[in-house]
Amino acid sequence: MSHGSHSVEDIKQESARLRGTLLESLANPVTGALNEDDQTLIKYHGSYQQDDRDIREERRLAKLEPAHAFMIRTRTPGGVVTPSQWLKLDAVATTYAERGLRITTRQAFQFHGVIKTELKSTMQAINAALIDTLAACGDVNRNVAVAANPLQSQAHADVHAQAAALSEYLLPNTRAYYEIWLDEERVLGSGSEDEPVYGPTYLPRKFKIGFAIPPYNDVDVFTQDLGFIAILDADGRVAGYNVSVGGGMGATHGDPETYPRLGSVIGFITPEQLTATAVAVVTAQRDFGNRTVRKRARLKYTIDDHGLAWFKEEVERRAGFTLGQARTFEFVHNGDRFGWVEGTDGRAHLTLRIVAGRIWDRDGLTHLSGLREIARVLDEADVDAQFRMTPNQNLVIAGIPAALRERVDALVAQYGLDTHVSATPLAKNALACVALPTCGLAMAEAERYLPEFTDKVQVLLDAHGLRQAQIHLRISGCPNGCSRPYLGEIALVGKAPGRYNLMLGADHRGQRLNTLYRENVVETQILEALDPLFARYAGERSEDEGFGDFLARAGIVVPPRSTIELHLQQDAANAVTENAA
Amino acid sequence: MSATLPNVSAALAAPFTEDRLAALARVTDGLDTDGLWWLSGYAAGLASRGAASVQTVTAPVADAAPAGRLTIVYGSQTGNAKRLAEQLARQSEAAGLSVRLLRADAYPTRELKDERTLYVVISTQGDGDPPDDARALVDFIAGKRAPELKQLRYAVLGLGDSSYPQFCAIGTKLDARLAELGATRLLPRADADLDLETVAHPWLTQALAKAKEALKPAAPLAKVTPLRPLQAAPAFGRDAPFAAELVANQRITARGSVKDVRHIELSLEGSGLHYEPGDALGLWPVNPPALVEAILRTGELDGDAVVEHGGQRLPLRQWLGEKRELTKLARPFVASHAAQSRSEDLNRLLAPDQQVALTNLLNGSQVLDLLRQHPAHWSPEELVAALRPLAPRLYSIASSQKHVGDEVHLTVAHVEYDDGDGLRWGAASNHFARSDEGARLPVFIEHNDRFRLPADASRDVIMIGPGTGVAPFRAFVQERAALGAAGRNWLFFGNPHFRSDFLYQVEWQQALKDGTLQRVDLAFSRDQPQKTYVQHRLRERGRELFDWLEGGAHLYVCGDATRMAKDVHAALASVIAEHGGKSAEDAGEYLDALQQQGRYARDVY
Repeated sequence: MSHGSHSVEDIKQESARLRGTLLESLANPVTGALNEDDQTLIKYHGSYQQDDRDIREERRLAKLEPAHAFMIRTRTPGGVVTPSQWLKLDAVATTYAERGLRITTRQAFQFHGVIKTELKSTMQAINAALIDTLAACGDVNRNVAVAANPLQSQAHADVHAQAAALSEYLLPNTRAYYEIWLDEERVLGSGSEDEPVYGPTYLPRKFKIGFAIPPYNDVDVFTQDLGFIAILDADGRVAGYNVSVGGGMGATHGDPETYPRLGSVIGFITPEQLTATAVAVVTAQRDFGNRTVRKRARLKYTIDDHGLAWFKEEVERRAGFTLGQARTFEFVHNGDRFGWVEGTDGRAHLTLRIVAGRIWDRDGLTHLSGLREIARVLDEADVDAQFRMTPNQNLVIAGIPAALRERVDALVAQYGLDTHVSATPLAKNALACVALPTCGLAMAEAERYLPEFTDKVQVLLDAHGLRQAQIHLRISGCPNGCSRPYLGEIALVGKAPGRYNLMLGADHRGQRLNTLYRENVVETQILEALDPLFARYAGERSEDEGFGDFLARAGIVVPPRSTIELHLQQDAANAVTENAA
Repeated sequence: MSATLPNVSAALAAPFTEDRLAALARVTDGLDTDGLWWLSGYAAGLASRGAASVQTVTAPVADAAPAGRLTIVYGSQTGNAKRLAEQLARQSEAAGLSVRLLRADAYPTRELKDERTLYVVISTQGDGDPPDDARALVDFIAGKRAPELKQLRYAVLGLGDSSYPQFCAIGTKLDARLAELGATRLLPRADADLDLETVAHPWLTQALAKAKEALKPAAPLAKVTPLRPLQAAPAFGRDAPFAAELVANQRITARGSVKDVRHIELSLEGSGLHYEPGDALGLWPVNPPALVEAILRTGELDGDAVVEHGGQRLPLRQWLGEKRELTKLARPFVASHAAQSRSEDLNRLLAPDQQVALTNLLNGSQVLDLLRQHPAHWSPEELVAALRPLAPRLYSIASSQKHVGDEVHLTVAHVEYDDGDGLRWGAASNHFARSDEGARLPVFIEHNDRFRLPADASRDVIMIGPGTGVAPFRAFVQERAALGAAGRNWLFFGNPHFRSDFLYQVEWQQALKDGTLQRVDLAFSRDQPQKTYVQHRLRERGRELFDWLEGGAHLYVCGDATRMAKDVHAALASVIAEHGGKSAEDAGEYLDALQQQGRYARDVY
């Protein structure tokens, strides 16, 4: 009568190390979709099955299945690619995908709209650029985020190298990816590979690692399951890292058992202790994470359910050493710096604003063409320049020698890539997840709504003389929080088409969560709610006081108890876990 | 058992259960010859109205299934409604009730009119939308095609999130609509918020109690339902078409397709018309009004001018719209127009050595083109006399009456193109395409005994139907599913693009899932650089195809006659030659033999 439900845990267990029936699914000509279980498994290969939700209803009426297509996400630790790789990914986007290149808030590229019959060719083309997509999604360690800060060049290089090595180390051991997409031959033991870190059912839920380099917190390190805050010595070299655990944005509307939580700093480690620490945290979560209730499976709940002190001990036991006392650090903000800067190595870096991370030639924009031209110039010049995606969906063209600055500037201007010059701070710092039409989780628009909403808020700000106010705005199409909405000074979290929860009062350093201010409201209500607050902010703010800080100080919002300041005030080892519920 | 049926020959194996035979015996016992004749006519009348309506007029004696059964339908986005529905189903089963639990998209809407006891557990999404799996069912119940539901007792549990303005809107809507359709509410609707249990659990408890009460084994119903007097079935046919209501006109090619294919549903209710899979539906089309006006303008003719012809007096506009062929050109009119226009070009085309040029003209032009390119003066009377009478158009029927009851479905490619001189249409396809639901169209059934499913349902069938040629095979698969035919079904389908032109895609997927279709091979000609058609697939599958044929399978081809049918025939012959080890000549004879045995049927046009 009723169908026994088949849990994600069952699917993983029975998948023969993430193979499932993917080959059969890919070969089935009657549908553009995969078998149901394979839709779960393909995530571990870096892809989601989606459909164009704009036309779902009209296709249903036409007796056609949804317009299934796949999103593919790269594993690009720290979001670094060479100009040559950029050109290859650009070719993938124009050949196989529908919506250009998209920079994610975890410094990956996403390709949207790849159809099933071209999935394998697309995977092969990405791998031909020496970039893979393995473990970019799924219940494993995802793409490792790294501060994109180009100023402290050496520190960035060192941290990035460690992050990339950790990303490699935490890859699943299965050869499934190579067999299915890259035609590697199956050998003895295929399907039952040893997974020393993950085990046969991988992690209970996704797992995110990020590296921050103070004073900038562009990776929003406290939103990561596992965060490393680089502590630099007097020479600007990495002395070690403060370790933060249990951050996470996701929540479910109306379910108080779920909530966003900022990470808790539990101590300090040396660079040599990094891998052991990460493995200890990952395996503790593997063994103690909730595998029964999936929405309670993230590390943050494991920590809150067992206690922070217990967790720290468990990590130390597994790592085989005691964590040091957390070092002091200071974050000034979690946004990006735009335009040219010169690094400590004398090379120049240009940060460009990419609205919602979307790079395409459409609606009068020529950004995809422009960046292709710049990549060509840098590739031909062979100067070790890099493209670095930022965790705020922007793009750094790093390591440009002085001789090429003028050339790059000319191309930036020619292709309209210099929007950061005239954009207001609100527009430059705004984030949005993809949401409609491709994301299956979206309840409301995000990326497509961002420009329009930003313009409307800007009108209010201008009216109150706040044109240059540095306010961080974030829009998310659902409560899962890809755009890290709970750290927006102003944030919209989607509830239904045109309806959002309005969240206010985070700081702009990624250290204080915002608070629900209006529930389930439409645009006019949102603007009506913001207008008087802008008026008060304009009249009552103290010098350099951010909008979120003002709202908290004025008592307009009551911030959640859990703030990083609070954690830092306490002895890290004895920190009592607080959450944002 | 036959002891009580002295009049029935034992040789007549009746398709009844013993219960039914006994019931029949009670009815026939003691009837005189007149009574028996009347009864046979009554039964024939019922049969001609289709299986579905039989159920509604027979006395509810042995038919315990819908009456004694609780149906629980759920529409669920996040799984909550499903969970609650499953819980209710488990409890009801434990209480000894006969229960069927269905996800909303698995509920056969045609059964709703016979449903007796129905519980619906359904959530509301976003701004008052149904869950994805319930869209079709909600549309059906809310729509104008929903049947009267006087026989139904029901209750609705709505789920939602009260922070939305449209809280539980779908549950509310269904609850009200079912009542409006005449159904009786067994218990009041409840609207459960995020904290499900507080509202849902009491409702479930109450629902279970009501179901137990309602579905107590009823005392056997006395046969009180009077037999309705049989209405004389009107003889609708080609010359007396039935004005069928258009109940669906749905484009089924996606945006971006160069084809505009419509799924058409017409109601035959009250017509007494009956059809079998393989039959065609005839439509007496009305020419596109815009075309009629263009002809009047071009010929400088008065549409209101009354013309008498063949004993009928009608305004010219009506002659052109309803009585004369405008979209198909024939040689006699070309000849008349050549004379009328004194066009040397046209006259030359009529010469015996200009056959090819004339054929091209006839295939590529319409009356309007001729009038424009070779102006002539026509009086209204002359024009009506010169033009051919309008003929009906036939469409292969795309439905089985065992599945759709009083409806008939078609798959119609709307012919519409711009030849640089304004739009041109196909008369009938445009008539369908431009008609709104609710319009009445003159139709009749054209039987086609040469295109029939095997009488032996255990035979396999191979169906080759690219494009709209797939229509009769939709009927075949519906029919074989309804019959529970043991034979396997194999469909070959092709069209330009997978994404936009896979006609009835979700139905084929469902049929594969249900096991009512065993194989599908697809050829989407323009999805790869090398054009691929169904005949290529036939060759690729040659080995199995030949095995099926050797095993007694029946072959069917439907669709384009000029190219496809020939290419398919050639492909079949080469498959038989290759895998049967035959010469080309023997392979041809093999196909001829199949044709003679009625195992290779074509419906090509």
